[in-house]
Amino acid sequence: MLHLILFLFFGTICVAGAINLLVQSHPINSALSLIVVMASLAAEYLLLGAEFVAAVQVLVYAGAIMVLFVITIMLLNAGKEERTKGSRVATLIGVPGVVLGGVLVAWTLLHRPDRLSFPVGALKGDPGDIARLLFHDFLLPFEVTSVLILIAIMGAVVLASRPEPVGRPVHTSPRPRETRELVATEKDRP
Amino acid sequence: MSITTFVIISIIKSLAVVGVLLTAVAYSVWLERKVSAHIQNRWGPTRVGPFGLLQPLADGVKFIFKEDLTQPHVYKPLYIAAPMIAMVFAITSISVIPFGNWVEIGPWGMYLQITDLNIGLLVVLGITSMGVYGVALAGWSSNNKYSLLGGLRASAQMISYEVSLGLSLVGVVIVAGSLSLRDIVDAQRHLHWNIFLQPVAFFIYLISAYAETNRTPFDLPEAESELVAGYHTEYSAMKFAMFFMAEYANMVTVACLATLMFFGGWLGPVFGPPILQMTLPVLWFCLKVFFFMFLYVWVRWTLPRFRYDQLMAFGWKVLLPLAVANIVVTALIVAWRA
Repeated sequence: MLHLILFLFFGTICVAGAINLLVQSHPINSALSLIVVMASLAAEYLLLGAEFVAAVQVLVYAGAIMVLFVITIMLLNAGKEERTKGSRVATLIGVPGVVLGGVLVAWTLLHRPDRLSFPVGALKGDPGDIARLLFHDFLLPFEVTSVLILIAIMGAVVLASRPEPVGRPVHTSPRPRETRELVATEKDRP
Repeated sequence: MSITTFVIISIIKSLAVVGVLLTAVAYSVWLERKVSAHIQNRWGPTRVGPFGLLQPLADGVKFIFKEDLTQPHVYKPLYIAAPMIAMVFAITSISVIPFGNWVEIGPWGMYLQITDLNIGLLVVLGITSMGVYGVALAGWSSNNKYSLLGGLRASAQMISYEVSLGLSLVGVVIVAGSLSLRDIVDAQRHLHWNIFLQPVAFFIYLISAYAETNRTPFDLPEAESELVAGYHTEYSAMKFAMFFMAEYANMVTVACLATLMFFGGWLGPVFGPPILQMTLPVLWFCLKVFFFMFLYVWVRWTLPRFRYDQLMAFGWKVLLPLAVANIVVTALIVAWRA
């Protein structure tokens, strides 16, 4: 009973955070909402008995990736986003897509409840089991994914350190860049 | 055990542990002032109580009665939330730390720990990694260039050193074969302390822990000679005190973790009647943690501050490769012996 109440509580927080993420107009508030979503997802995993996945969720997503998000927002001093009237692509593809997804999920839930629901603790979630899955049963996909990520990292490094294109006159003294005040003005604030 | 008993025992345990933690925080400040004074050939606090032992209380009262300034240019919701975030995560991280063995009081028996998780180590690391938000958001929401620079430095530094901190502990986990802090301590019986088995990991951990808690020689985020006071420039009274307490609470947690991972936790000579057998492990644990707290203060008043680029280069180019090499060597030896 307590489990169910807590599960619904964190589920509500998760959805509320996700909605707040979309509604907020300032990037830092959106990023913080995303942290709330990540953390409440971790709480859900914990309630389902997947302790290791919960810890990794907090450690990797809430603790590392979102910190980088927040740093980037702070560093670029991103201001409030502008409100537009919405794009036509969103209404033409997005809305039917959401409806389709919802119908698909509902249909699966209604027709195959045996394949989707497991009692708490039925799925093995301790570190040893996950290690066996990753490094034994699914070793090849795991390694292929690692190589893929490595290629992406190397690509990012190459793009970031791209030398000046040949043929253009090289400026002896760099053009003074447009400097931007590090601290936000009042109108940038949410 | 019925659910009511469980909840009551959990609440009592949590309150006791948080109470002890906050007292420890208050007296680490006293320790810091006393040791720093003696290092500089002064007396330190002497007026309030014997040896100035009531000084933390006086400090607390002073913080409460100070004027709580809120500058007009801050972004208020986050400005108020930031010290709370820092404090909450600093206190929460103590929740899985075991500080003693099994005790029996009358009909009840329990482990001296709020809760024992089989991934205790990851929980501590996860919660401490969330603590960086307090500092980062304080810097950003203060809307002040010194605060912002302090917050940026703190978050960059904490992310960088978290990597080597986590990797240095992997060696210990491989040796112990478990992520549960209790199992890791139990694997160090008969003086098989990890400091002897994993000396390289220990030093990487120690250095990264100093950087994680923003202590000298890595206190760049609040370097007063360049940044006024860094991320807490705009904070006063209890809001500032919360950052201060969070920093010391983090130090206590990191010292506890060092004791558990490398110095055998509560293990030590145990003898005498049952009551002594139950309390001695707690005493050993506290003594070891005290040693690390003393070391913190000692290092702070001995070493000068790093330069920022030195700090980053040291973290990424020295500590990280060393930690990875330690993992590879440990894994090879463990695999070879198995």
